[in-house]
Amino acid sequence: MRYLPKSPAERQQMLAEIGVRSIDDLFSVIPAAHRVDSDLNVPRAHAESEIIDYFKAAGQKNATDYASFLGAGAYRHYRPVIIDSLVQRGEFLTSYTPYQAEITQGTLQAIFEFQTMIAELTGMDVANASMYDGSTGAAEAVRMAMRITRREKAVVAATVHPEYREVMATYSLHQGLSTTVVGYDAKTGRVDLAALDAAVTKETAAVLVQSPNFFGVIEDIPAIAAMAHAKGALLIVSIAEAVSLGVVRAPVEADIVSMEAQSFGVALSYGGPFCGVLACKEQYLRQMPGRLVGQTVDGHGNRGFCLTLSTREQHIRREKATSNICTNQALVALMATIFLAVYGKEGIRELAEHNLAKAAYAAEKLGSLDGAKLLFTGAPRFHEFVLATEEAPAALSQRLLDEKIVGGIELSRWYPELGNATLWCATEVVTREQIDAAANVLAARPVEA
Amino acid sequence: MTNDATVSAASKRVRPHPSQNEALLFEISSPGKHAYKLPPLDVPAVDATALLGAAHREKSAELPELSEIEIIRHFTRLSTWNYAIDLGMYPLGSCTMKYNPRVNEYVARIEGLAEAHPYRPESLAQGVLEVVDLLQRCLLDITGMDAITLQPAAGAHGELTGILLVRAWHESNGNARSKVLIPDSAHGTNPATAAISGYTVENLKSNDEGGIDLEALARQVDEETAALMLTNPSTIGVFESQIEKIAEILHAKGALLYMDGANMNALVGKARPGDFGVDVMHLNLHKTFSTPHGGGGPGSGPVACKAFLEPFLPTPVLVRVEKSAKAPDAGPWEAEGEDPSSADGVAMFRAPSPPHSSTDKVESRNSRLTWEYNRPQSIGRVRAFYGNVGMFIRALAYILANGPDGLRQTTEDAVLNANYIRAKLEDIFELPYKTASMHEVVFSDKRQAALGVKTGDIAKRLIDYGFHPYTVSFPMIVHGALMIEPTESESLAELDQFIAAMRAIAKEVEETPELVKTAPHSTRVSRLDEVQAARKPILRWKKAEQE
Repeated sequence: MRYLPKSPAERQQMLAEIGVRSIDDLFSVIPAAHRVDSDLNVPRAHAESEIIDYFKAAGQKNATDYASFLGAGAYRHYRPVIIDSLVQRGEFLTSYTPYQAEITQGTLQAIFEFQTMIAELTGMDVANASMYDGSTGAAEAVRMAMRITRREKAVVAATVHPEYREVMATYSLHQGLSTTVVGYDAKTGRVDLAALDAAVTKETAAVLVQSPNFFGVIEDIPAIAAMAHAKGALLIVSIAEAVSLGVVRAPVEADIVSMEAQSFGVALSYGGPFCGVLACKEQYLRQMPGRLVGQTVDGHGNRGFCLTLSTREQHIRREKATSNICTNQALVALMATIFLAVYGKEGIRELAEHNLAKAAYAAEKLGSLDGAKLLFTGAPRFHEFVLATEEAPAALSQRLLDEKIVGGIELSRWYPELGNATLWCATEVVTREQIDAAANVLAARPVEA
Repeated sequence: MTNDATVSAASKRVRPHPSQNEALLFEISSPGKHAYKLPPLDVPAVDATALLGAAHREKSAELPELSEIEIIRHFTRLSTWNYAIDLGMYPLGSCTMKYNPRVNEYVARIEGLAEAHPYRPESLAQGVLEVVDLLQRCLLDITGMDAITLQPAAGAHGELTGILLVRAWHESNGNARSKVLIPDSAHGTNPATAAISGYTVENLKSNDEGGIDLEALARQVDEETAALMLTNPSTIGVFESQIEKIAEILHAKGALLYMDGANMNALVGKARPGDFGVDVMHLNLHKTFSTPHGGGGPGSGPVACKAFLEPFLPTPVLVRVEKSAKAPDAGPWEAEGEDPSSADGVAMFRAPSPPHSSTDKVESRNSRLTWEYNRPQSIGRVRAFYGNVGMFIRALAYILANGPDGLRQTTEDAVLNANYIRAKLEDIFELPYKTASMHEVVFSDKRQAALGVKTGDIAKRLIDYGFHPYTVSFPMIVHGALMIEPTESESLAELDQFIAAMRAIAKEVEETPELVKTAPHSTRVSRLDEVQAARKPILRWKKAEQE
């Protein structure tokens, strides 16, 4: 077996030195009835070339040559080459959680840089070293707000990613949390501010909104913050599209920001691994879950970094910890850090502006066709838009697939009231040619008899 | 001098090698440098201020401005400050720091897999779904369980999922029950998980052998006990030989047996939890199945269970249906490529027709994989989308590289290595539990502590000898624990080096204890002031004038 560094003779030698006759002696503590004496029913050992062939065939079966307008919480952006060059360095790839600070300064400093960049982008004071993803981050943020306020109610906008809301429901199932979902304004696609204001009470721990929201619309964060804070509730802003922060105002009025950083150089990989991250105001730091890296000095006065405030965490506090999270998404956070170093202060803005321009063009092009109409035009949006068509989305989707285009995602699976609406996304990698081609397909809809 | 001043002076210290002086990205940034270039915009530019109005970002985030070579050097230099499996033995007990094969990284980046959007039509995602399906079937066979979800993103996330399954099942029987039993030797994630699942944690004291005390268990299990969370082999590396009795005691009171699969590297191909009474368990793909630890993730924590818990699995669940069944989304079924489950016509499985394999071409051609959402008893989602799919690909590549013989040999070598270390060090270091070791061995620092040198000191000194420390002071049932898990990836020569280092350190403890107590001496930084870090946390860089 090519990963095992021992010869048969060495194994025999080791057994002799241990003082046993055969390897089976070392497994005799497992009751005989429970020992497996036949082969596992898994594929036979494959050569490396066969493994590559297998996965290439799987990849090809996945059809790669389609234009795509899918977004909805997973975004296709260009990934600079050096990200994979650097994260595949064995010193990053095959290292573990930096408990031993003296020999993990590389990982620790990179996380410190990540925390700094996330704090800068989100307008928060501090950020943690990562969460599993945007959905679990949002769920943890709500639980964090419950601990801070000692309240047990949450007000959640219906415009938060539906799968994030499902995860939040699962996480808080046994935490005594009661949730009120607030609808959206039919004209703007923003959370219904009057309904939100009415829903927030002196028992509300947190108001959770997403911006840009699931429809791609940017929420009025200052107004929502005022409503939450007037009742002593915390505002949690979920950000599913991190690139938006290049051009969209940071949610500085929020108390906690939960962000999905996948857009920062992380491959789609059919939905994971992604990179959640929590950021917050300094006063809430000690209720934040997850790892934190802090700056300090060593015995010789040199600057160094170490994991800190671990008394919040499960390995110290056990059942009283802020969360059970242990392993998180460190290597993916490193990808995001490299991505942000590549684009930098000016690049992240220019990139965000390109996204804004592509989506504006696509929305205008598709929305002006006969039989199609843009919804939610009354508020600013980033790179996603909702299109209502006379043609049923399934039929439209099939006609687009015939031309090797994956169109917008059907919204009725989560919002039945939206009928024939589809959610489209145009990032910087979508070309004008692809947008025009999609428009041509839409325009060529069959006329019903 | 204040702490800030100390830190600021420290950052300006010059060391005698350029890679040792690498500053923070923000400190080497200067305005106007770029490492990116966007293609020309092929659509009309927009006025962002006009489009976004009050939502427009006026002040840019203070991200660093650098050229590409500086970024490459920065992160390459930082990487040299890390220890890693690729550099040497990483015997961190409970973490299973085994070799991370590079073909795993290669295949996870294959275009059609790495660029698949989670909402793409299922007709265009059958390739990745085949991968998920095959991994699920392999893991079910390895664990001997009936059903599985790959959605959890890490081990602790798997624990949460598993305990929620337990709770949902009890609720369906009319009583969620109130407590979860956890041995005092358990990982901290176990009690933390039980607590966030709404259970009170009841501690179960280990017996003289570090295992489950059957009498205490029988006393403590009652009609309010939802489950026992058991790590098997335990955190002291011992197999619970009474496992079947443990399951019987629990089941007699209607309680379930949850197994923390962190130590599955001692069992794969040798014993199956499903055969010895486990009802639900999680796996760590980043431990047992070789996906990289990456400095703390990403992981993946699949949860496998018996059939009676299957209705409660998180949504969606991957199912195989007849191709004629109505597709939820339209797609060019006839246009699909070669069936990836068999390469070049050579059978993928060794047995001509494996009992529950559906990978043969005929079946694959007549059926398709689909996500099933309509599952009324489900606990709901634990994560958006379907889990850390990139880790599934790597784990499957590992299983394919090994096959049944390789997986068995891997487990045997892991156990052989731990026992070899035990045999070669037990005359020097106190072995608190004499029970047979599986994949890891736990010593205590009793003899060395009597001379004033603790497990943490010995661990730090090990760094000077070129090894990563073992796990320090865990499990808590062993005072001053040295928890050593070599994994199968260490050669005899590397093990002998490690053993020699441990013996040399033990000698230093007697002769030059100060040398050990002030270690490490060979690293870029010496021991860090963790008290200062926590007392006045500095968690982000700020410009000097902002301070």
